[in-house]
Amino acid sequence: MRLTGAVPNFLVFAALIAVAVIADLTGNPYIVTLATKVAIFGLAGVGLNLALGYGGLVSFGHAAFFGLGGYVAAILASHAASGAPVVTFPFTMMGTNEMLAIWPFAILVAGFAALVIGALSLRTTGVYFIMVTLAFAQMLYYFAISWPTYGGEDGLSFYVRNTFSGANTFAPLQFFGICAAVLGITMILVALLTQSRFGLALRAAKENETRVIASGIKPFAIRLTAFVLSGMVAGLAGALFADLNRFVSPAMLSWHMSGEIMIFVILGGVGRLAGPVAGAAVFIALEYLLGPVSDHWQALLGLMLILIVLFAPKGLMGLALGRRGHV
Amino acid sequence: MLLLAEQVLNGLQYGMMLFLMAAGLTLVFGVMGLINLAHGSLYMVGAFACAAVAAATGSFWLGLAASLAAAAALGAMVEIVVIRRLYSRDHLDQVLATFALILVFSEGTRWLFGSFPLYLSLPPVLSGAMTLPGGLVYPAFRLAIIFIGAMVAVGLFWLIGRTRLGIRIRAGEADREMIAALGVDIAKLYTMVFALGAALAGLAGALVGSVQSVQVGMGEPVLILAFVVIVIGGIGSIRGALIGALLVGMTDTLGKALLPGLFARFMEASAATSVGSALASMLIYVLMALVLIWRPTGLYGARA
Repeated sequence: MRLTGAVPNFLVFAALIAVAVIADLTGNPYIVTLATKVAIFGLAGVGLNLALGYGGLVSFGHAAFFGLGGYVAAILASHAASGAPVVTFPFTMMGTNEMLAIWPFAILVAGFAALVIGALSLRTTGVYFIMVTLAFAQMLYYFAISWPTYGGEDGLSFYVRNTFSGANTFAPLQFFGICAAVLGITMILVALLTQSRFGLALRAAKENETRVIASGIKPFAIRLTAFVLSGMVAGLAGALFADLNRFVSPAMLSWHMSGEIMIFVILGGVGRLAGPVAGAAVFIALEYLLGPVSDHWQALLGLMLILIVLFAPKGLMGLALGRRGHV
Repeated sequence: MLLLAEQVLNGLQYGMMLFLMAAGLTLVFGVMGLINLAHGSLYMVGAFACAAVAAATGSFWLGLAASLAAAAALGAMVEIVVIRRLYSRDHLDQVLATFALILVFSEGTRWLFGSFPLYLSLPPVLSGAMTLPGGLVYPAFRLAIIFIGAMVAVGLFWLIGRTRLGIRIRAGEADREMIAALGVDIAKLYTMVFALGAALAGLAGALVGSVQSVQVGMGEPVLILAFVVIVIGGIGSIRGALIGALLVGMTDTLGKALLPGLFARFMEASAATSVGSALASMLIYVLMALVLIWRPTGLYGARA
């Protein structure tokens, strides 16, 4: 049962790698970049899915964590370029352009933000939760716009992609490899987590809160943990996204970004491990194929989404796999 | 002192505009249990309808009527075609479908009107300034917005509290099976409530479009502020929406006006401006967080 459940997830991941490798061999670096984008957006979606799919926490504010991760990467990289310390009090911290040094900071900052936002938002449920997470993300968005030190509304660019020892991050396929490896490892960790006692408690709290409380588990702590982990993964994805573009802007924190991450999850299938990756792939492919056809491709996307919600509520992977179980 | 009075009036005007948005949203939440992200699109459609009709006929008042009619008609149409199928779904489906509606409406409007902002000219009666008691000179149109907002508030309280339709709406909120069993056409009632909320959003869009500009995407920042208002006021409560809207309008306006000056007393001017304005932009969300800690279901909310 578990094996048959794991096969579609593996197939989605393998297909993404195959597309990138074939595109690189046939001399299509642009397609490799698109595949990298799918891996990064998929990663953000895998993060959101932890809260949304398994925990039933409909967060409409994950752009906050995605954007914070991105800003951490860009700020550290720009300080490394200028040589000025990031902070001098209470200790001196210099910038860095080593990805392995940047990622823990991005994860920590996003995780801390998720802890604060989660602790406040989880006091509410249902539509309140959706609106409150959305509002807190919007607060960070407006803060980023009105805080001039790191570019304000114009965003912040850094000219050299951060380094990863042993790899040339400027080669499209190698950067894709880094992103895909992060995605693969995260998916394995999420799979282990969701099948652990913690994961079972999280899913149980979604299905029947009263019973979970009756069996001695506090849903708040479980949910908050899931929310923080979810934010951390989104933050890591944001750091990779900043590196992909070598640019961050408040748009990464905007509610359109939150909506898009949510679309990846729902398009692919809520609560399916590789669902967000499939969803991101379809989204990027649509953008790539429809974009040149019409400037108004987003209207077509909107119509398609409405049809999916009304007639295929289990997402594309649900549609493809019929009624087989969720993993 | 005059400056402060002017900012208070600005806050009042902003709050009234937010109330027009939040009232419709909170009604739809309360009665149908639906989260409607596309409410901001109805605001935008109202503004564009007003701009287009005012430009074609030369009459601002016809434009204003058109904004109400267009938003209400579009609201009823969307309710019948899409929204109606979402009442029984979970909030996730509602969020996705109404987010998709935003994409459709925004691109549709851009396709019809282009990406450039439109500007409305005010009728002569309202385009001047009025001198208020105490010597404050204030734009007449902004006073008109405050007046219209207050009238709508009174009208809504009367409608919900004193009329047959209001009784049905409140009954639908409490127990939709029971009221359907009593012979009320619940589908028609829902369409009417949705169209009413849409009309209020369209009116708000037309009024704000006359002060600022009319452009694609204008509804989205207002929508999120309306969410903050509803979280503060409590879902389903018109009174909560009014109190919340005034609180948010005042906090935002006064914060933006006063904070930079406050920081300038103990910081150098340029740093005070940037810190003050950055903090002022976060103030309403801090207000929301405080209300959440104190009362998770909002000031007047009964249920989550």
